[in-house]
Amino acid sequence: MSYLSLKNVSYSYANGYEAVQNMNLDFDLGESAAIIGQNGAGKTTAVKLMNRLLIPTKGEVLVNNLSTKEATTAEISKMIGYVFQNPDDQIFQDTIYKEIAYGLKNQKLGSDVMKNKVEAAAEICGLKESLNEHPYNLPYSKRKFITIAAVLATDPNVIILDEPTAGQDRESTERLGKLISHLANQNKTVITITHDMEFVVREFKRVIVLADKQKRRDASPREIFWDEELLRLSDLKQPFICQLADTLGYKGILTIEELLERDKNETYYN
Amino acid sequence: MSIISLININYTYPLEEKQTIHSLSLDLEKGCVYGLTGANESGKTTICNIIRGFIPELYKGELTGEVMIKGKNINDYNIGDLATIIGYSFQNPFTQLSGVKDTVYEEIAYGMENIGVPRSKMIQKVDEIVKMFQLEDLIDKNPFELSGGQKQRVAIASVVALDPEIIILDEPTSQLDPKSTEDIFEIIQLLKKQGKTILLVEHKVDLLAAYCDEILLISRGELVMQGPVKEILSNPKVVEYGGQLPQVALYFIKKAKANGSSVSQVPLTVQEVYDHLNKDGEV
Ligand SMILES: Nc1ncnc2c1ncn2[C@@H]1O[C@H](COP(=O)(O)OP(=O)(O)OP(=O)(O)O)[C@@H](O)[C@H]1O
Ligand SMILES: Nc1ncnc2c1ncn2[C@@H]1O[C@H](COP(=O)(O)OP(=O)(O)O)[C@@H](O)[C@H]1O
Ligand SMILES: [Mg+2]
Ligand SMILES: [Mg+2]
Repeated sequence: MSYLSLKNVSYSYANGYEAVQNMNLDFDLGESAAIIGQNGAGKTTAVKLMNRLLIPTKGEVLVNNLSTKEATTAEISKMIGYVFQNPDDQIFQDTIYKEIAYGLKNQKLGSDVMKNKVEAAAEICGLKESLNEHPYNLPYSKRKFITIAAVLATDPNVIILDEPTAGQDRESTERLGKLISHLANQNKTVITITHDMEFVVREFKRVIVLADKQKRRDASPREIFWDEELLRLSDLKQPFICQLADTLGYKGILTIEELLERDKNETYYN
Repeated sequence: MSIISLININYTYPLEEKQTIHSLSLDLEKGCVYGLTGANESGKTTICNIIRGFIPELYKGELTGEVMIKGKNINDYNIGDLATIIGYSFQNPFTQLSGVKDTVYEEIAYGMENIGVPRSKMIQKVDEIVKMFQLEDLIDKNPFELSGGQKQRVAIASVVALDPEIIILDEPTSQLDPKSTEDIFEIIQLLKKQGKTILLVEHKVDLLAAYCDEILLISRGELVMQGPVKEILSNPKVVEYGGQLPQVALYFIKKAKANGSSVSQVPLTVQEVYDHLNKDGEV
């Protein structure tokens, strides 16, 4: 029995538009995955169904055997934390400290414990120096980390990151990678939506492709990024190194290191 | 004459102790595409705001130096004229939408409506833009009921619809899927052919390598590197300054190192490698 399952889930918005159609997905604890796919594919809608921001119109979402139809949002959000695509949809407090502490309020923690939790979450998101600042004094890229810290502080088993790589520079993208492996080591499940194909190759062993409201494929990065038909139908592209390898006549390569290994004794370019 | 000139700009945001932009001088030529890149918080958006005049119009603080647009000091323009010359798509697409229109179609027409473009011309232009940005499936939707990436495409389309001579795009592809990202770069190419000048803030250096004329690299509020794409994006110094190199360049640099050979010029894009192989009849 998986910790989190979507069972034949469909969802239509209030205006009647169906954004997710008959989707099946399973996640075990400690099993992370990237979700990729075209704009409008239904990625955000799918993950909002996982933490009960949305409730399926058809089918069922089960978290630890509890259907989101029967559970309360509070029950589900203890288990599943969601970081919004747009951080400004999630930020309401006037200091970063308060923002990170917000989700802990109902836990009746002593002030020391609370402070420790907030600081620990801030530390791993690179915000320790900024706790007393107003969230809107920080740029978009950093505001995203505030919302990640706020979710991490509540310590859910499943953490969903909706496009955390958007607008991040090299250093912040590396920070995100470290954060994801750190969580995976604690047996958390990290589900990450991203359009950064290089990031997917570096950080994930499982990749789920959504296109046109449906799951198209659930496989390893190598299988996904060398399935050119799938990529074309899903508005995706191979990572640049795959494209280069393909041009050089090598199939199945995913990284610079693999390509260097492969052509050690040859010179295609000088 | 350069279409945009910044002359020794220094800027400090209100109530901040640290200066954000240091002695920045810059000349941008008409009809060129400039890739403005660098780490988060290095000052890219601030530079956009200075060129658009939002600093000092909306953000006060301490600004010294001169901004010249088409040879005229920015302070000598009236606000409306400046808005017509310079189109600006904001970094956060969620704040760009007008919030007063019920359909994507009307949203794209909104800017033109405001400046009094005649109805028939407006309809023609919206149709052209819808086609250019492939928004056909979205025109009847409510802008607030779009996915993140869809909102971003609509936001950029609304700016391009106004037909400005200078277009500032602050991270226009941050929420876009790989295909839509390349589509935006293709549109930029098209706008360049129409003689537009484009300042493009972007982290995706692999695409900057393929589509820009020049790279401007910012680090801690200073313009630390500037020059033709080939020259800048093959230089490992970029990484020291908080930027990044294209994957293809990284591969060839590492490969040369492994072979103990020195590299003077590495290819930056897959296309370049492809062309090279074909030229030599190796494929
Ligand atoms: N509140 C809403 N009401 C009606 N339709 C919506 C709403 N939000 C999203 N949609 C539609 O549902 C579809 C899926 O949207 P969703 O936000 O899940 O896409 P996504 O895969 O996350 O895309 P992106 O990569 O652009 O973020 C889109 O066609 C979108 O227009
Ligand atoms: N409204 C503001 N008030 C004070 N400081 C700001 C403001 N906007 C940006 N800054 C600061 O100016 C610096 C440059 O920011 P920005 O131009 O947004 O960088 P970039 O676009 O390169 O990420 C950062 O240190 C940032 O925190
Ligand atoms: Mg989304
Ligand atoms: Mg910026």
